[in-house]
Amino acid sequence: MTDFLLGHYVYWSIIALLIIGLYGMMLKNNLAKKLIGMIIFQVSIIMFYVASAVKWSATVPVLDPAIGVADAAKYISPLQHCLMLTAIVVGVATSGVAFSLAILIYRHYKTLEESDLMEHMKSS
Amino acid sequence: MIQNSPALAPLLLLATAISLPVLAIKKTKVAYPVTMVASFGSVIISSYNICLVLRNGPLTYHFGGWFPPIGIEYVLDPLSSFVALVVNVIAFFVLWHSGGIQEREIPGKSVPYYALALLFLCGANGIIVTGDLFNLYVFMEIFSLAGYGLIGIGEKQAPVASFRYLIMGTVGASFYLLGIGFLYIVTGSLNMADVRNILPHIHGNPAVAAALSLIFIGMGIKMAIFPLHGWLPDAYTYAPSTSSALVAPIGTKIAAYVLIRILFFVFGVEFVSQELPITDSIAWLSAIGILYGSVMAMAQSEMKRMLAYSSIAQIGYIGLGIGLANPLGYIGAVLHILNHAFMKGSLFLVAANVRRKTGQSNIAKLDASLRKKLPWTMAAFTVAALSMIGLPPTAGFFSKWYLALGAIDRGNWVFLAVILVSSLLNAVYFFRILEKVYLIPPPAQKTGEDLNPETGKGRGSLVGEENFSLMIPVVIISFSLLLIGLGNATIVEMIIQRIIPLGM
Repeated sequence: MTDFLLGHYVYWSIIALLIIGLYGMMLKNNLAKKLIGMIIFQVSIIMFYVASAVKWSATVPVLDPAIGVADAAKYISPLQHCLMLTAIVVGVATSGVAFSLAILIYRHYKTLEESDLMEHMKSS
Repeated sequence: MIQNSPALAPLLLLATAISLPVLAIKKTKVAYPVTMVASFGSVIISSYNICLVLRNGPLTYHFGGWFPPIGIEYVLDPLSSFVALVVNVIAFFVLWHSGGIQEREIPGKSVPYYALALLFLCGANGIIVTGDLFNLYVFMEIFSLAGYGLIGIGEKQAPVASFRYLIMGTVGASFYLLGIGFLYIVTGSLNMADVRNILPHIHGNPAVAAALSLIFIGMGIKMAIFPLHGWLPDAYTYAPSTSSALVAPIGTKIAAYVLIRILFFVFGVEFVSQELPITDSIAWLSAIGILYGSVMAMAQSEMKRMLAYSSIAQIGYIGLGIGLANPLGYIGAVLHILNHAFMKGSLFLVAANVRRKTGQSNIAKLDASLRKKLPWTMAAFTVAALSMIGLPPTAGFFSKWYLALGAIDRGNWVFLAVILVSSLLNAVYFFRILEKVYLIPPPAQKTGEDLNPETGKGRGSLVGEENFSLMIPVVIISFSLLLIGLGNATIVEMIIQRIIPLGM
């Protein structure tokens, strides 16, 4: 049991991050805090992929003459890192769009509190 | 040419979307014609593709010459070429219509609007043709980000609605990404066909079940399946009419397509219907969603909001067809993707025309003068509304017919009752409008403008339809609903029956 808990400590912390992110998005009233929750959520998934690529007794996926190409298991799979580079770019674009929307909202309503916004939207 | 054709439509749209702001830097007027050319080009490409696929069988394209499972593969089979054609055709008509309306609705924003619309279509086309799970995620995000922009470009409530959609949509996409992470860890591949071949060998691995559930939740949010629909009504209501006419017919259908593709063509029918009760959950949630959407649509006083709730109900039909997991239900679902795209496109364009004409689209304020002011638009509305209700020979009847047959085949009478009851509810909320427009006598003649409608000539009757680019696309879409209805047997035989997944 202890082995199971300790052996997967990375995954426990990723799950904790996921939950913090979801909590921020669902329960926080302020749009900026929701955004922070969203970014934490995305980062936790990026860390999940990176953690899945970890391999002991293997090296970076660059051809090393000392190891050669015969035993591919001696290299770490580079694919997860490449995928996550794309996912980071996507995440940056998403937060860019989200921040510009938040700025637009603030210009119109002078507030980022969701409860106030709902009242404004009902009244107009 | 032939071996490159799967990649042509997304690349054409992407290239135009990126170069449009540069081309239109001096003259913003060129944005519209350039967009129309690109959109028409994608219609040509996708009709060429579907002919090719129906004659020669599935086509694949390997990016950079790398063969799968290492490289990214684009696949055109009858299903993907069919959905691509539907999306491109409906987008072409909506963009055609937008020419006469965007200047008034979103003044000074035509270049960003068209660039986003093209990016949106590029994402949609990419999602449809890709055969790679991660590539699908990237296109899904291009598609969604452009969609958030299209919605947020509207009046002042629009950014709030768009922001909520963005938060929900990002959660959906992230769940999907987490799901394919699980799949990648257990299979070591991201190519759909390859994963399909590997999955039977790792039978009983709980990670596969987790992956399926996460992907289902993620796509369920994007598709607005019943308890995950929270973002949809506000987003469609507050978006500019021309954006909601573009996002509503395409946005949720694409997610439904992805769900079909992943459930039946990656995980396999047996796994999703017997080992995990995913299809049953989809069917029951959709059945609740159909009733909920229809009842909520009846309660709305604003036309676009009513159409938004009716979208939730219609998505329920597609979900129900997926959830039945038998050939008839599947035919119904794929046919309803086509029908709903045309019906919702037409109805949102009608709402746009009504708004442009009268300045609002509040159902209580609609009156009989509309049938004089906008005779063709209201005729188109009538056809689309009848199709939503499901009266033969309109298209909507046939997809409901297949769904009903599927429910009987499954022996589930609750689903059959849901389909029938919701058709009646549809009739209630559409006849509310039809009654106001056609059955109530015209109001007392007030001003000189509205006089003289009888003759059908002169200023009085032309005042509404003076702009042909607003009227013709609506009429074409609506009347093609009759053609689709009459030709549905051909569509089912030629296309849909050839792509019934294995083991169904």
